[in-house]
Parts: sequence; C-alpha cells; structure tokens
Amino acid sequence: MKKEIRFWNGSIAVSEGAIVAGCRFFAGYPITPASDIAEYMALRLPQEDGIFIQMEDEIASIAALLGASWGGAKVMTSTSGPGFSLMQENVGLAAVTETPLVIAEVQRAGPSTGMPTLVGQGDVMQSRWGSHGDYETIVISPSSPQESFDLVIRAFNLAELYRVPVIFLMDECIAHMSERVVIPPKEEIEVVERIKPNVSPEKYMPFQPVNDIAPMATAGMGYRVHVTGLTHNEKGYPMTTSPEVQEWMVRHICDKIRKNEHKIRDIEEYRMEDAEIAIVAFGIVGRSAKAAVKMARRHRIKAGLIRLKTIWPFPESYFESMADSIKKFIVAEINYGQIKLEVERAVHGKASVELLPKFGGAVHQPMEIYQKIKEVKNGN
Amino acid sequence: MEIEARANPMDKYLRADRIPHIWCSGCGLGIVLNAFLHAIEELNIDLDKLAVVSGIGCTGRIAGYINTDSYHTTHGRAIPFATGLKLANPEMKVVVISGDGDLFAIGGNHFIHAARRNIDITVIGVNNYNYGMTGGQLGPTTPLGARTTTSPYGNIEHPFNLCHVAHAAGAVYVARWTVLHAIRLKNSIKEALNKRGFSFIEVIAACPTTYGRRNKMPDALDEMRFYREHSVIKHGIDPSQANIEIGKEIVVGKFVDIEKPTFNEAVEELKKKVKKK
Amino acid sequence: MTYWVEEEEKKVHGKVYIIKDRCKQCGFCIEFCPQGVLQQSEEFNAKGYHPPKLVETDEKKCVGCGFCQMICPDFAIFVEKEEENEERD
Ligand SMILES: Cc1ncc(C[n+]2csc(CCOP(=O)(O)OP(=O)(O)O)c2C)c(N)n1
Ligand code: SF4
Ligand code: SF4
Ligand code: SF4
Ligand SMILES: [Mg+2]
Repeated sequence: MKKEIRFWNGSIAVSEGAIVAGCRFFAGYPITPASDIAEYMALRLPQEDGIFIQMEDEIASIAALLGASWGGAKVMTSTSGPGFSLMQENVGLAAVTETPLVIAEVQRAGPSTGMPTLVGQGDVMQSRWGSHGDYETIVISPSSPQESFDLVIRAFNLAELYRVPVIFLMDECIAHMSERVVIPPKEEIEVVERIKPNVSPEKYMPFQPVNDIAPMATAGMGYRVHVTGLTHNEKGYPMTTSPEVQEWMVRHICDKIRKNEHKIRDIEEYRMEDAEIAIVAFGIVGRSAKAAVKMARRHRIKAGLIRLKTIWPFPESYFESMADSIKKFIVAEINYGQIKLEVERAVHGKASVELLPKFGGAVHQPMEIYQKIKEVKNGN
Repeated sequence: MEIEARANPMDKYLRADRIPHIWCSGCGLGIVLNAFLHAIEELNIDLDKLAVVSGIGCTGRIAGYINTDSYHTTHGRAIPFATGLKLANPEMKVVVISGDGDLFAIGGNHFIHAARRNIDITVIGVNNYNYGMTGGQLGPTTPLGARTTTSPYGNIEHPFNLCHVAHAAGAVYVARWTVLHAIRLKNSIKEALNKRGFSFIEVIAACPTTYGRRNKMPDALDEMRFYREHSVIKHGIDPSQANIEIGKEIVVGKFVDIEKPTFNEAVEELKKKVKKK
Repeated sequence: MTYWVEEEEKKVHGKVYIIKDRCKQCGFCIEFCPQGVLQQSEEFNAKGYHPPKLVETDEKKCVGCGFCQMICPDFAIFVEKEEENEERD
C-alpha cells in the first residue's frame, strides 16, 4: 500500500480518521459548526458496514454511544458547546463505568448559544470538569486537517487503551479549513483494540484493573457483567455507602490517567531550544502563534512555541521543568483565560504567565501575538 | 410437605448474592422481576444473549438483580442506551425495564422517538403512580387528585395514559397488566420478547411505601385487592379509551399487536445497498 | 376476573417450599392462593417478619398451580408439581 493524498477539511479528516481507527457507530444531533461531521458520517458509515443514527438530542446521542460501546463497537459523536453541555451527565457515566468513546467537540464562541458560526476555545475546562464529581478525561486538540486525521486515530486508541471518554477538542476553523492530508499506508497506522478478558466468567472481575486497566467484557461475551453509575466495587456491584469502595473507585478512574500523563502527553515545541519567551497555544491559535514566533525570530527575539496537542491530563511536570529555563510564558487562547490558569498553576511561581485572550469569535492575528511578545520582552 | 433450605429454582436467573433485594414489603417490583424471569425461562432465552437496561429509580434497580449483561444507566436514558446496544450488537435481545418517571418524564422524549423509529427492543414500564425512589413525588402518571409529597393538596396535573402514548408514538406491541395478573403479565412479556420492533408493556404495581400510604392504600394487599376487584380485561381496545383514574376500573389487556419494519432491518438494508466493494 | 390461568384438569398436587428468611410478610401468597392452602405463621424470620405456613388440615389441597410463586415479590416461595399417579407407584 502507498500513501494517499487528499484535500480535506477538518470535519472530513476527523471522520475518515475515525473510520480508519475502527469507528463503526456514530450517534449525534445536528449543531453548528459540528454538523458536517454527522453529515459525512451518515454518508460514509453505511458504506463501511457501520451504523449512523441521528438521535433526538445530545443526551440520547451519548447514551447511545455508551450502549453501543458496551455492545462492542468503537463509537463517536460530534457536537459543539451547547450539545456538549447536555452530554455531561453521561460523560460522568462513561468515566465511572470506564466506557471507551470519542466526542468530537467543535468549539464555537460561547457562552450559551453564543456565536454559532464563529470560532471559540472556551470549552477547555468543560471538557475536563463538565460532569460532577472526581473523574478524568483525555482531551486532544488538532491544529490542522492532517492532525484531525492523525490524532483522532490516537483518540480512539487512547479511549480503548485507558477505557476512558476522550474529547477531541476541535474548533470551528479547523473543522472548516481545507488542506492537504496525507494518509499513510494502512500498515503504518497503529490501531489499538480493546482488551478483552481471558479468564473464565467465574473468575472475571469486570472492574478489577490488570496493569491499571480492567479488561472489558462487552455484551454477549458470556461474562454477564453488571454495569452501574452507582459507586461500585471491582465486581461492578453497587456499594453506595462504603467509604473504602468509593475511595478505591475514584482513585482508580483518576489515577489510571494521572499516572500515565507522560505517556499520553503530546506537545509540539517550535524554536524552543534557546527560547526565553514561550507562547502556549493549541488548536487554530497554534498556527498564528507559530507565525508570530517566526516574526519575533526575524527581529532577534528568542521566542518559541509550546503547542498542546493533548490538553488533559494537563502536562504539569512538563511546564514545571520548562519554568527552570523559561521565565516568561504567554498563553494565547480564544477565551478569557482557561489554559492560562493551568500553566500558572504548573510553573509554581517560577515564571510569569500572561494571558493573551481573544474575544468576538475570531482567531488571534500573528501580529497581535508578536506585539504581545515584544511587550513582554520589553517589560523586563 | 413444606420443605425449606432449598434454593428457589429462579435463583439461577438472579444474581443470588444480591438477594434479598432492596424493595419494600409488598412492593410490586419483585413480581415484575419474577414474571420477567419466568418468561425468560419459558422462552429458553440464552442469558448470555440477553441484555437488560434500566434507568434510575426503584424500578431501575431491576437490571442489577438479573444474571445477565445488565446496565444501570442514568435517569431517563435507558432507552437510548439500549438503542445503541441493540444497533451495535443485533444478536442481543435487549430489554429496558424502568419506572414511570424515568421512562416518561425525564426520558419521555427518548421513549416516543424509539417507538417512532421502531427500535427492536422491549420496554417494560412499571407504573407505580409516583417517584418511589426519591420519596413519593408526583410523576407523569400520578392520577388527578392523588396526594404525593409534591402534590400535598392533590395532583392538579393530567396524567399520561402510557399505552396511548406508546400507541400514538408507533409501538408495534402495547399491553397493560397489573402485578396481580402475574401469569398474564409473564405471557405478555413472552409475546413482547418474540415481537420484532418496539414493544411496550405497562405494569401497574403497588408502591405502598411512598404512594399507597398517602392514598388510602397503605397496605399493598389492599391495592392488590383493588386490582382484583377493579381491573377488566379488554383486549384490542383503543388505548385512548383506557385512561387511569382514581377509584375507577383499570383496563388491562393487549391493546396493540401490529407488524412494521424495524429500524434495525432498515439499517441492514441500507448497508447492503451502499456497501463499498 | 381471573387472575391465574388454570392448568389442565389432572389430579396434581404441589409441594410448597418456603424460604422463610426471604419473606417480607406481604400476605399475597396467602390471600391469592385459590385453594386457601397458606396462612401466616407465628414464627419470626431473621428480618422480623412472619413467613407463611401451610394450613394443616388437608395435605393434598395444594393443586400446584404455582400462583403463590408467581405473586411472591421476594422469591420466598416456590412450588413443585407432583402428579397423583406418579405418587402411587
Ligand atoms: C438527573 C437526575 N435527576 C433526578 C434524579 C433523582 N431521581 C432518582 S429516581 C427518580 C424518580 C424515579 O421515579 P420512577 O422512574 O417512577 O421510579 P420508581 O422509583 O417509582 O420505581 C428521581 C427523580 C436522578 N437520579 N438523576
Ligand atoms: S418505595 Fe415504593 S417502589 Fe420503591 S421499593 Fe418501596 S414500595 Fe417499591
Ligand atoms: S401452588 Fe397454588 S394451590 Fe398450591 S399453595 Fe401455591 S397458590 Fe396455593
Ligand atoms: S408472597 Fe412471599 S413475601 Fe409475601 S408473604 Fe408470601 S412468601 Fe412472604
Ligand atoms: Mg414510579
């Protein structure tokens, strides 16, 4: 097999990537700017022996994902902020029942119904903290159609590997921009399959981790698993008044992700080798930030870019050690300060962290970021 | 003649290590569970190929007692969960068992849409006229005038007639029984399980603890006697004629039994048509 | 109304098993046994309820219809059918 070249927008790229990753079930509800993904999946999935269903709302969509995932399928939905808000209760159910699923969240400008056709990056915290109680998710953010393809495959792989909901945090620009996408030969693409139990049903403990993760027995395999959103023990049985079981369960669903943060972490560094000022950005802003770094370098300012491809679990220790050499961070994001709070927390006061927010449903211009770099440089 | 210390033959269908169940004395839910298990037994259904999905509530606990793949989901979301499960794994027989509040208040939208699509699942809705789990609040089936913790002066809302809702939304099989009709209920469950498409059975069940107590039926036995004296079987009746009102007769029976292509069948057909070589 | 379905006419008897500790004393089995075979006992089970017991007058009164088993919400009572002629040989 040879590599293939396509000219795709981010919505098509994420859909095709999902299919390569093995996604055969999609349930969703139309919402701008995420509807293109649903429409494309409606076209493509039946061709691939998969199932597309348009549900009556986003709550139903994610509930159907949970059911289909327990039915044995790899599953995805697409939505934007308002729909993602509706899904949150079942994000928690997915976390606590350790159900692999992928949510492609195409961010638009919020809050509330906001600016449906314009870009935003305000759902960073929601994708981590949207549901109640303690839990973890994995959040991945692409900066191009190419990454929409490549990273959604990784999103599926991580969902399966860690049995966790993965939020594929896109934005309106990435979903709608078209670019060259290189599809590697099939044999070069890594696809992770769900770990199934290899013990007899009598010996099987559905929520007992083996090397951090419990093998998953889906419907019809003969393991007769009970799955509940109530606090449950390793057998899956509700234990709604046991402090020990609650501690065990919460630690487990959090620690399996926290402990493996360094393995999940995916960061692009650009001109960071001798940088004194670092721009932190993700998604579409990663691109203008890169242009701004180039401008700064032309003016002999030692700026670099840290682009987060994985946002959650937050790479805390990475920033902590970066702060040994970098004393100035600028966080550029299309919101009023979300990732900035995390960077600030992670550097433990060893460096200054400045926010370069963006309002109005637009992307930072490279010049705006460059101006900020100059400002910060001259401030010392 | 009367011997103890032998396992109930139904225990093999139960997660016997979780029995006794949490339900109150006289609660109708145990009868629903029992009727369901007898139906499974008589149909000789492979427990490995059966999935039971519940929402939240006293009824929602049913899934957890059955020795099969069982899913206790979030409040109201059992039907979309079951929809995904059935579509992804069509070999499974998928049954939703949940309460009136779960299926028709918070989950009402999912119910009508699953019926409209004719998803190939069976839904057993236990109507105990109130929210048992949370302490007896008003629900979408609470009869006009009934007292609940959130209708302390008597319910001023008009209740749903669940069978009428199911019929109007497109269910291919619709029946209603009380828990006193345990054997007819079991037979009806068997029919529903054998039915292709969206089948619905409403089961009227006593909730003495939170509902009966406030409505002059503190003893489940009184409620059962009421069923005996006031229910009439009217097979094939238009379900719109089977409203439930306080003190009036309860019409039970099989109201709807029709054929219609299911969503699952339509999906398979579509796949065949567009499949890439 | 009929709330049980009668089995075909044959001289059958039932053997009733009561799992006393599961009983929650709802009284359904006693009330709805078509033969009046059951009554409440004086004895307390582990949960403090009075489980049913058989009325001692007629050993063969139970016809094995199984209705008590169907109506018990607590899986506390079940019945085994035994046919008359089987017992004779
Ligand atoms: C989102 C959400 N809202 C509210 C609740 C609280 N709650 C639990 S069960 C229930 C009502 C259950 O009523 P029904 O479905 O009739 O079941 P029953 O207990 O009567 O069998 C409610 C409101 C919840 N668990 N989740
Ligand atoms: S509260 Fe009502 S529905 Fe719940 S277990 Fe008790 S009797 Fe049954
Ligand atoms: S089997 Fe029938 S006759 Fe015998 S005790 Fe039970 S209900 Fe009564
Ligand atoms: S029906 Fe069951 S729980 Fe009720 S009294 Fe009889 S044995 Fe006990
Ligand atoms: Mg109820």
